[in-house]
Amino acid sequence: MTEDARTRIDTTVRSNDVVLFMKGTPLFPQCGFSSRAVAILEHLGVQYESVDVLQDQGIRQGIKDYSDWPTIPQLYVKGEFIGGSDIMMEMYESGELGQLLQDQGVATAH
Amino acid sequence: MPMAADEIETMIRAAIPDALVEITDLAGDGDHYAARVVSESFRGLPRVQQQRRVYEALGGRMGGQLHALQLTTACPQ
Repeated sequence: MTEDARTRIDTTVRSNDVVLFMKGTPLFPQCGFSSRAVAILEHLGVQYESVDVLQDQGIRQGIKDYSDWPTIPQLYVKGEFIGGSDIMMEMYESGELGQLLQDQGVATAH
Repeated sequence: MPMAADEIETMIRAAIPDALVEITDLAGDGDHYAARVVSESFRGLPRVQQQRRVYEALGGRMGGQLHALQLTTACPQ
């Protein structure tokens, strides 16, 4: 990972409570896994920053090294890596994700 | 070049010998799979660590040669 990519990722995850690195945009996800991650965050009614890795090769590779996680999407809450879409779904269904956001003081609609 | 379901299972079991591995070919195209991996060795590990162990077992193929693997990990009941 380039130093530039690390700095940009670091700044993004530290300056936003909730960040989703994804393929495409929330309106036009370019992959089923990213689409599922967006749907979960929308269901929770949480405000989040999204980063389209398809627009930036440095971030696309860099984010995998940053989290030591080989796939996209990736969710970060308060600077901490939470997981990919499968973990998000499990945590959403069990109520853990909503609880985590609440515990971290992130406003949700539900 | 996609991976065959039994190849995925073999790699996971090679790294996590006690693992029960269930692979489902989601689209019938040999490229979109769901895997459920159950291992005693996951006990006490957070989900992220459990899934990392499976990704490590796949030796860097995840996100590359293996695009779509829906992954669930668990400990034996």
